[in-house]
This record gives sequence, structure tokens and C-alpha cells, in this order.
Amino acid sequence: MIELSNVHKSFGKVEVLKGITASVEKGEVVCIIGPSGSGKSTILRCINGLESYDSGKILIEGAKVDRSAPSIVAIRTQVSMVFQRFNLFPHRTALENVIEGPVYVKKEPRAEALERGRVLLAQVGLAEKADSYPPQLSGGQQQRVAIARALAMQPKAILFDEPTSALDPELVGDVLSVMRKLADDGMTMVVVTHEMGFAGDVADRVLFIDGGVIVEQGPAKSVLNQPQHARTQDFLRRVLHPL
Amino acid sequence: MQAFWRDTTEFLPILMSGVALTIIVTIGSLLLSTALGLIWALMRVSGIGVFTGFSAGLINVIRGIPIIVLLFYLYFVMPELGVTLTALQAAILGLGIAYSAYQAENFRAGIEAIDKGQIEAAQAIGMGWWATMRRVVLPQAVKIVLPPYGNIMIMMLKDSSQASTITVAELALQGKLIASSTFKNTSVFTLVALMYLTMSIPLILLVRHFEKRAGHK
Repeated sequence: MIELSNVHKSFGKVEVLKGITASVEKGEVVCIIGPSGSGKSTILRCINGLESYDSGKILIEGAKVDRSAPSIVAIRTQVSMVFQRFNLFPHRTALENVIEGPVYVKKEPRAEALERGRVLLAQVGLAEKADSYPPQLSGGQQQRVAIARALAMQPKAILFDEPTSALDPELVGDVLSVMRKLADDGMTMVVVTHEMGFAGDVADRVLFIDGGVIVEQGPAKSVLNQPQHARTQDFLRRVLHPL
Repeated sequence: MQAFWRDTTEFLPILMSGVALTIIVTIGSLLLSTALGLIWALMRVSGIGVFTGFSAGLINVIRGIPIIVLLFYLYFVMPELGVTLTALQAAILGLGIAYSAYQAENFRAGIEAIDKGQIEAAQAIGMGWWATMRRVVLPQAVKIVLPPYGNIMIMMLKDSSQASTITVAELALQGKLIASSTFKNTSVFTLVALMYLTMSIPLILLVRHFEKRAGHK
């Protein structure tokens, strides 16, 4: 459903993606792990056109991702994104955040969107926070609203860009359990994360990226438990046993 | 002091007619400068080279010309080009154009202060540039922009006196006319100053209110 072939991307003189080829099947959960600065987030941002890419091809259900073409709107309504820093609209309530896309982009009737929005907020455990403004919510609650906002677009896939990295440790679990539920429901997900436990439990496949290339990929269990490549082994050792 | 009160009762009605024109000029040019300033600012942040360049250039040209010269140009030069404006029209147009540069810079600062993540979140749900501005950026920028906007209002109120140079009989010109015919300079100009101050006070309070509200977030 998502296909990347030989994607290259440079910021100025720095080449951050050096030929990424990967694909994500429908219903699959793929975790992207790797050291910071390795290009993980850039891959996600290229997939929904927040960044342009220099060469290669990204296809979503056969449609080419081109951030300067009008077709990008259709792609973005099919592939939602959840950000590290939530990026909720602070001047709108949780519920208004959730219905913003359906009402103002997809032109759904407001009453319908509101009804669905409440269901989604209940689904992420925040039914009673519908009328709260983002600054009144904890980080974990904000991120769950952001997930509801992504779901409200009825996307075919959701991209998660380090969704728990900005959270206090005790709030991480709530967000991860919402994500796990989504995965169980068959949502196609691409997750950039440092949560190896989540990757091991939930992901179908793991990609390890370093220096702008995919160093190793495969079923989550085998990449995380028996990494073949020295760089993967080194990275996992640092992450799992920082001391 | 008694003389001052007597002069006050005598001159106040005439000066009040000046106040009316001062308010008309201020409000007219405020509306015009706000609309133009918003257009320049949106062009400036549009990311489209031609618009950005045009807007940046225009703002510099406007900023580089004294208001009084702009007024003279509109009132005395435009008729030679076949466009005749009344003094009031020229005053509102001149002040509106002159202040649109400051409005634009204020609006641009407010827009650029909005977190990039907000724009990305809007794009990620498929919003185009215009919807992103209208639904996400501008509503948040308003809070940032309001305190300086209030200050611009106060400056405009005072600068509306420059309309006197092209014969608009607003407060300053009315004062000058009375003073030169009665030689009661002290009474008249004290009164004029007090009247400007009186009109400024509500605006000053408004700015304070804006600042308090902006500080809350």
C-alpha cells in the first residue's frame, strides 16, 4: 500500500536519505528504529508530502506522492500523521480539533462529524475531555486527542513520528495502548519510535535505519532479538542497556 | 483659570466639530491600513516569489516616504494626473497607505510567530494554504498582534492631525484657526492637547487589556 523505491533526499549538502526502498502492506505495522539524525522522521515526512524528496518514487496505493501537485490533498486525507509534539490546535477544543479535518477538508456535515468525533474521543479514553482545550490536557491526553484527530480522517494508514518521545514516562503507556488497539483493529501503521518493547510486541516488521540507509529489516522479533548487522547490534545494546 | 473656563465654553463647540473629523479620519485610515496591511502580510508569507518581492518592496517604499509628502502627493499631484480627491478622501487614503506598512510588518511578525508544527498539522489533515491561514494561523496570530495593533491605533489618532496640512478641518487645524484669530494660544492648544489625550485614554486602556490577555497564554 505504501511503496518507496530508491528515495533520496538532501538538506543542502547533507544527504539524509540515501536510497530508501521499502514497502508497507495493508494492515501491517512497521516500526522504524535507528539513532537520531538517521533519517527516520524524514521518511515519514516524505510519505505524506510534508517534505519533498529529490529522486526515487513514493507511491500510495499506486498514486505518486508529489507535494507540489494538487493530488497531495487526497493523499494526506488517506494517510494521517501523528507528531512528536502533538501539534494540536490550541485555540480549539479537543472535539473541535478532531472534527477540523472532516468538516473543513472533507466537507462532512458538522453534526455527523461531531457525533463521530465523540465516538473517537471515547475510543482513546477521553470522552469527558471533549470540551477541554489542549493546554488544559496532559501530554498523554493531547497525544491521544491527536490520534483521534488522525483517525477522524478515516485514513488508510497512520504515520506516527516518535509519538511518545515528548511524554513523561508515566504517560507513555496510555498512548501506546491506544496504538496497540489500533494495530489489533488492523490499521496500517508506520511508527518511528524508540519504544523497543512496543516494536517487539506490536510491529510486524522492523526497519533499522542508520546514516540514511536501511541497514537491516525483517520480522520484529528477529531484528530485535537476533540482529544480524553490527550497527543494529550496537544500537540495540545502547538503547536497551544505556548504562 | 477663570479665563480658561470661559474660553473653553466658547471654543469647545468648534473644536468638537474638529474632533468628529479626527475620528472619521482615524477610523477610515485604520480600516484601510488594516485591510491593506493584511494583504501585504499574506503576500509576504505566501512563499510565492513575485508576491513576496512585491510586498517587501512596497513596504519599504511606503516606509521611506514621510506621511506628509504622501498626503501632498495624493491631494496636490493626483489632480494633475486626472484623479481629484476631496481633502478627506486624500487624508484617509494617505494615512491608510502609510500605516499599511506598519500594519503589514506587525501582522507578518504575528504570523511568523506561530509554531511550524501548527502549519504541518494543518497540512497533514489536507488543508491548503488558505484554509491553514484562516482556520489555524490567523486565529492564533490575532492574540500576538493585538497589543502592537492597539499602539498603532494610538499613533494613527495622533497622526490624523497631519491631515490638517491638506485642509482637513480636524481638531489640530480647528485649534490653529481659532488660535490665529483670537491669539488665545494657551487656552486653545491646551484644550486641543487635552482633547487628544481624552481620545487616547480609552485606546491606552484597550492596549493594556490586550496585553494582559496575551500574557495569560
